[in-house]
Amino acid sequence: MIRVQTEDFDIGAEVKALTSGRTDIGALVTFTGLVRDSNGGTVASMELEHYPGMTEKELSRIEAEANERWPLQASLIIHRVGKLSPGDNIVLVVTASAHRQAAFDAASFLMDYLKTRAPFWKREETGDKSHWVDARESDGEAAAKWDT
Amino acid sequence: MPDVSSKQMKLLYFAWVRERVGCGAEDVELPEGVATVSDVVGWLKGRGPGFAEAFARPELVRAAVDKVHVKPAASIDGAREIAFFPPVTGG
Repeated sequence: MIRVQTEDFDIGAEVKALTSGRTDIGALVTFTGLVRDSNGGTVASMELEHYPGMTEKELSRIEAEANERWPLQASLIIHRVGKLSPGDNIVLVVTASAHRQAAFDAASFLMDYLKTRAPFWKREETGDKSHWVDARESDGEAAAKWDT
Repeated sequence: MPDVSSKQMKLLYFAWVRERVGCGAEDVELPEGVATVSDVVGWLKGRGPGFAEAFARPELVRAAVDKVHVKPAASIDGAREIAFFPPVTGG
């Protein structure tokens, strides 16, 4: 399941909804990404722009690929858009499997692929200035390690 | 009646590409001979200073055809929508 939303998410409630009434899940991994002040207390806010339509398609593709690679009982990606502040949640990835390794690996894979393929762009506002965050080369390398 | 040989296309721009170009979306008619994503970029560069600036270093701009990531050499045959944007920075 994937969701793109401006509202915050509640990790506990999402996990509960995913696992409720199921007895086949033995391992559940959650990853939460937060808005980080990358500039020592000067980042006032962050604007998350995205490509409506493609974002949902790309997240669904990434999720489907994770489900092909690992035996997952459930998976969830939530990504926020719009104006966020340092400390706010940005992204939630949840993976559930019978055993831990698949859940750990799939969560890591989902984040690595999301970072290089999902059409989101961050702009940081610092005081009266703002700038687009540059893509990191290390994110490309992290995603490439899953290519077989 | 629109000319059936012309290519009607929706172009979308995001993040700093959008800011430099000066708009987020437009409908264009691509000239004959524009067959690939990189041809579109070449044509866009000649449309004004904002476009020239946005595509000054084409290697910094990514593209999607009908909401799927593509390389510059990709064909635009049959495409309805082409988007241009910087490398993504979500997550």
